[in-house]
Amino acid sequence: MSDERTNSGSNVTTTVLGADEIILNMGPQHPSTHGVLRVKLKLDGERVVESECIIGYLHRGVEKIAEHRSYQQFAPYVDRMDYVAAVSNGLGYCEAVEKLLGAEAPPRARVIRTILTELQRIASHLLWLGTHALDIGALTPVFYCFREREEILKIFEKYCGARLTTHAFRIGGLQYETYDGFEQDVKRFCEDFTHRIDEYETLLTENRIWVGRTKGVGIISAEDAIALGVTGPVLRASGKKWDIRKAMPYAAYDQYEFEIPTRPTGDTYDRYLVRMEEMRQSRRICLQAVENVPSGPIMARVGKVLKPPPGEVYHSIEAPKGELGYYIVSDGTTQPYRVRVRPPSFINLQAFDRMARGALVADVVAIIGTIDIVLGEVDR
Amino acid sequence: MIHGILQTIAPFVIPVLCGVVIVAIFPLMAGYIVLLERKVMADMQARLGPMRVGPHGLLQPLADAFKLMLKEDIIPTHADWLLFWVAPVISVTMALVAFAALPIGPAFQIADINVGLLFVLGVSSLGIYGITLGGWASNSHYSLLGALRSAAQLVSYETAAVLGLVSALLLAGSLSMKEIVQAQADQGVWFLFVVPVGFFIYFVGSIAETNRAPFDLPEAESELVAGYMTEYSGFRWALYFLAEYANMVVVAAIATTLFLGGWLRPFPGSHQTLPGTSIELLDALPSILFFVVALYSLKLAPKQPVKVQKLVMLLVAGLCALLAAVMAAALFAPDPVKIGIHGAFWFLAKVGAYVYAFLWVRFTFPRYRFDQLMRLGWRFLIPLSLVNVIVVGSAIVVQQNWGWKHPLVSAIVTTLIMLGVAVFLAYDDDKHQAAIQAAGGE
Repeated sequence: MSDERTNSGSNVTTTVLGADEIILNMGPQHPSTHGVLRVKLKLDGERVVESECIIGYLHRGVEKIAEHRSYQQFAPYVDRMDYVAAVSNGLGYCEAVEKLLGAEAPPRARVIRTILTELQRIASHLLWLGTHALDIGALTPVFYCFREREEILKIFEKYCGARLTTHAFRIGGLQYETYDGFEQDVKRFCEDFTHRIDEYETLLTENRIWVGRTKGVGIISAEDAIALGVTGPVLRASGKKWDIRKAMPYAAYDQYEFEIPTRPTGDTYDRYLVRMEEMRQSRRICLQAVENVPSGPIMARVGKVLKPPPGEVYHSIEAPKGELGYYIVSDGTTQPYRVRVRPPSFINLQAFDRMARGALVADVVAIIGTIDIVLGEVDR
Repeated sequence: MIHGILQTIAPFVIPVLCGVVIVAIFPLMAGYIVLLERKVMADMQARLGPMRVGPHGLLQPLADAFKLMLKEDIIPTHADWLLFWVAPVISVTMALVAFAALPIGPAFQIADINVGLLFVLGVSSLGIYGITLGGWASNSHYSLLGALRSAAQLVSYETAAVLGLVSALLLAGSLSMKEIVQAQADQGVWFLFVVPVGFFIYFVGSIAETNRAPFDLPEAESELVAGYMTEYSGFRWALYFLAEYANMVVVAAIATTLFLGGWLRPFPGSHQTLPGTSIELLDALPSILFFVVALYSLKLAPKQPVKVQKLVMLLVAGLCALLAAVMAAALFAPDPVKIGIHGAFWFLAKVGAYVYAFLWVRFTFPRYRFDQLMRLGWRFLIPLSLVNVIVVGSAIVVQQNWGWKHPLVSAIVTTLIMLGVAVFLAYDDDKHQAAIQAAGGE
């Protein structure tokens, strides 16, 4: 049967029962397409025969804007791509430009960057968990998740004044010293968070309906995932142990102990478990980092006007959603010649059709949720 | 002469008046049920819920009603306008007609039909026409999918739910709502304790029948936007909404009548009196309850931040005190009045508890998928309810012929047997499912 499903291409017009297929446009205005994704579904009854993602409703030309801004001026723009994980975006961009300049942020800045980025990963995963559960019909977890996310956003707000699009880092290090009590705040959050995450797990992990809705849904094999360029938790849930924090350490990740959670089957349930475990690991990294923040300067000497030597650089980090890469070409002026972003959401979304074929309409929302896309990043 | 005329027309006029009262009051009540639902939801989700319109959001239902009535009335261009117009009316009419046979206390029942239960079930299942026709008439894919889902769901779960009811009917030996309650009074025990499995089946079936989460697939927000109601807005939408809440109250009332002893108070068999009086201890419970709530509100009143809220708290306290006084006064009134007032209280309290359980389930569980819903219905609930009817029937025969006098003895035995059956069915279903998955889908 599974063969039949994958083979049923675009030419099929009548179904087993002789009834017509219907085309259902989900989105761009739809409660659970996470923004303005439009999915064109070809349905046989409630079963998906074919799907097509139509994107671009949120295209703002971020990459083009970069060509007309100085390196520092462009930094706030990257926050608006994956706006639920702005800190990670900023980290990737700052490190890429630093690499281009041949500069390196001082150790203290790197540790603080690591702490904030890991907090951001937890915040991003919390938002994913809440909305994913909401899509599958569990109304309550989203509020619990937002309660914890709020604590993280408060830390961001205290640190740099902004909650969502933070612009927390600068090229060469940090602009702001940490506030008094930063370490305590992070520690307090981490300590409370263990109980909280256990609480979410009691709500969902062994819930018969939740398992029924997620197990065996949207399976993608490791080979397919790699072939499609899928990264992040989606890849790890298919059994591939690949995490840029370990493979090509950046910031201060080489100093800390943490596991890369993986799961074998690559279904929605596994992706759920992987992300839950990732939150625990992020908490672990935060605790280790906050115990031992080195003292010293927070900004490297990079100069006020940035004029990287001509050349190109690609730098990628492990953002909450997968590999976030920046490819920057410099022509020796103050403005980049070209900035190309490799957004994890965009590339992971390619796997959607592979996951959704043969699924039911209800599974489609579960699959959109489990890929964890942010349309700001898909469309840029 | 006048007395004679009054006597002749009373049987015609009183039911009509009662009907008017229900039709007039229920929409308002539904509004407040929605407010309560939102408050309960907020409580479970660590937030406050509606707080803006009126103190503690008390005027929210009125604001919502105004908004809905003032909204533009949209009929999609390619919709079948006649059916589009009729469908919500069918839904709401059927839901409200069902109230006619529900006994809200022994004194308040519009029509005591001898096949009351059949009437209620029949009429409330007609409401499905409203959903199906509305979904079809909208001429939208989401609506159509919602309508198809609801038709399939209703057919499957109605069967299970009604078979769950049959176990209680076997015990009662009547279809008249009043006599069912009377049977529970005579046997001295709520049927919930005699056939808990039947109650469980009806509970699950009734959630599915009223399209509430986790069985709210016909209007699954995250999948089908709003299912069959997608194209509806304004007052028509309000009618659907009203129908949904009316149906909720109807199924709660059926469950109350059949399983929770209708208007009987807890422990209908116990007649312990308050020392030194002829008032029964448990009869005094409602007034004590209201009195305590009144005192609590009085205590809270000075702590309210705004003057209006203080006043409202005092108002609530006063209202509760008044209710306490009424309930207490009823104790000294002649029997029909006393049973009428107290019966209504207990009936509504039980309906409230049942509806609360609905909400609790809704905010706790994720939603089923369509195939899982069907599997649960056909492979678990329907076989379980069929076996349940046979087992309960045999238990009654055994009881009558060999005389295990106490009904609870056979209740324990039947429940144990049924639990075994349930475990077997669940295990069998899991095995079946695993085999399907091993075979590669479908």
